[in-house]
Amino acid sequence: MNNDFLVFDHVTKRFGAMTAVNDVSLTVSKGEFFSLLGPSGCGKTTLLRMLGGFERPDSGRIYLEGRDITDLPPNQRRVHTVFQNYALFPTMTVWDNIAFSLKLAKKSKAEIEESVDGILEMIQLSDQAWKYPNQLSGGQKQRVAIARALVDRPQVLLLDEPLAALDLKLRQHMLIELDTIHDQVGITFLYVTHDQGEAMSLSDRIAVINRGKVEQLDGPAKIYEAPASRFVASFIGDTNFFSGEIAAVEGDYCLLDVDGFPQIKAYNDKQLKVGQRVDLSVRPEKIRVTMSPPPPEKGASINVFPSKVRDIVYQGVYTKFWVTAGDLRIQSLKPHSRFLLDQETITWNDDVFVWWHPDDGYMVETTP
Amino acid sequence: MNNPLRSKRTEWVVTLPGFLWLALFFAIPALIVLAFTFHGHDASGGVGEWSLSTWRELVDPDYPAIVWNTIRISFEVTIWSIVLAVPSAYAIARMNSRWRAVVAGSIMLPFWTSFVVRVFAWKTMLHPDGWLQACYCAWLRTREWLFSWLPAAVQKLLVAIGAASSEPFSEATSTILDSEAAVVLVSVYSFLPFAIMPIYTAAEKFDFSLMEAARDLGAKNFYAFRKIFLPGVRQGVVSAVLMVFIPAIGSYVIPQVLGGTNCVLIGNKIFMRAIQNRNIPHASALAALMAVSVLVPLGMALWWKKRQDARGRRRIQEQSARMGAEGGRAS
Repeated sequence: MNNDFLVFDHVTKRFGAMTAVNDVSLTVSKGEFFSLLGPSGCGKTTLLRMLGGFERPDSGRIYLEGRDITDLPPNQRRVHTVFQNYALFPTMTVWDNIAFSLKLAKKSKAEIEESVDGILEMIQLSDQAWKYPNQLSGGQKQRVAIARALVDRPQVLLLDEPLAALDLKLRQHMLIELDTIHDQVGITFLYVTHDQGEAMSLSDRIAVINRGKVEQLDGPAKIYEAPASRFVASFIGDTNFFSGEIAAVEGDYCLLDVDGFPQIKAYNDKQLKVGQRVDLSVRPEKIRVTMSPPPPEKGASINVFPSKVRDIVYQGVYTKFWVTAGDLRIQSLKPHSRFLLDQETITWNDDVFVWWHPDDGYMVETTP
Repeated sequence: MNNPLRSKRTEWVVTLPGFLWLALFFAIPALIVLAFTFHGHDASGGVGEWSLSTWRELVDPDYPAIVWNTIRISFEVTIWSIVLAVPSAYAIARMNSRWRAVVAGSIMLPFWTSFVVRVFAWKTMLHPDGWLQACYCAWLRTREWLFSWLPAAVQKLLVAIGAASSEPFSEATSTILDSEAAVVLVSVYSFLPFAIMPIYTAAEKFDFSLMEAARDLGAKNFYAFRKIFLPGVRQGVVSAVLMVFIPAIGSYVIPQVLGGTNCVLIGNKIFMRAIQNRNIPHASALAALMAVSVLVPLGMALWWKKRQDARGRRRIQEQSARMGAEGGRAS
């Protein structure tokens, strides 16, 4: 265990009757960009605050480079936080804000100047050094907060929803900037967010947290394509759920009886047996919507269902369709990789076919 | 949309009562007092003809010492009040709202009793037969007893550096009542709420997550308190200083009742001249003298601060310009 860089070992934290963090064990590698992703109130911020030293776990230990830091006060951990509201010191200039930790570490004047000027150049705010925080824009404040936390090269940088207060354009810009900064400094980043898009685009690995528990810990693609639970599947992106019972097993595939819907063929990667119940998740972009049935060369083994178009949302890059088939409402996403206006048009109340390959669904949440 | 002339007029209408009030009850009386100082006085206590005799009579060797004492004691009271008020305000601002209401209410509670009554209550407590004086004597006796157990060399050292007295304890010389200490003590007691309230108001608006940020970056609690909290509430501290220092300068009930012959402040002198000697012009001149003694240094301090600020701003502008130029060259 001591070879791991940052370890949460069976950590539990309760606030009164509420269990914020419930027996969480996590391991983060050195230099990794690691995200804690979950809805608000899921315990991700509590995890972060325990690592920062602002909360003490009720049980379990936290190790950083083999050292037990569970009971250390915040000022004795080389772990710095970028706060959601930035928490820049309003009575100090940008320069003094960034130099704060270096002065505390009793660095020499020349060293402080070199470090601060260097990091100011990295965040491209050299000409704003003598301004006060309230004279900066949101994005600039954000960059100062990151610089202040990074300047004395902590072991881990904690980011608590750092982009939540920025508008969309700026958020996208800062996302790229954060990635660049992480590559430049090579410090371990622990990123807390409820925004799956942020987590997916930045992280090496993501821990999806729900009700104080880690639901899944994987790379972004695995979390999206192979969600470990119904919660993960619905929290990360959009999806269609088909709940049913296994009616038959044919080799690697199985047939699924779904209430109010025709039988569905699915890839049986969990090797389920007849009679077991399962939730099947099929992502919208895996489902095709066409006026005519799929060409026969696709094989008879794919799922094809006649349905009716209920809603269409055109988004430029893609169009979202909501169709009804059987008693279910299905969401489909059609990307436009060809010139759209030359293609067949689908409009409201058209009778269409939805179809997908059995390999493109993923089984989540099985009950024996 | 708004007619600027009209809004200007509204502004006037709204502020006029306040201005009138200030003019009638502050500016005009102050000018009357100032005018009195340029009058003589007659034997029966009336205000006499225009003359400079009052200012000439003010040359009294006691007055500079009294003015200086008043300023010194007011400073002491202000410093003690701020030293006690800042942690109190910090603590109250960190409480949950229910406790906050209880504690803030208790601080205001003494105001439901007459100020003079409270000062007399202190007199009974500090009287040689009072319980506070008894506690103080018990503490002194304990200290003397502990001292007697120390090795002779340590005793000598403590006496040498002034941390202990070589005189044996005596109740007669250890009375708090009728001393400067009593005046400072009760003044701090009286003015402390006026110091706590403005600092508390500032502390309530203070963003305590800044303290967390400071600790996160490696600061100890006290360092964060000094470098982040104190500058954050400095507006409140400035108000508190004024709220304590100004009444302390004019105070006369507390030194009158508790200072005895050992602590006479300018307030007492003004009271004596006005009421006992029935010399209104002389009392007015003393008041004017006191005001000048405080306002002139204060004005100088403000002027100096303004100049420093302007210098600081200029320096920052120059530095920003320089850094900007460097950045421009680099890119």
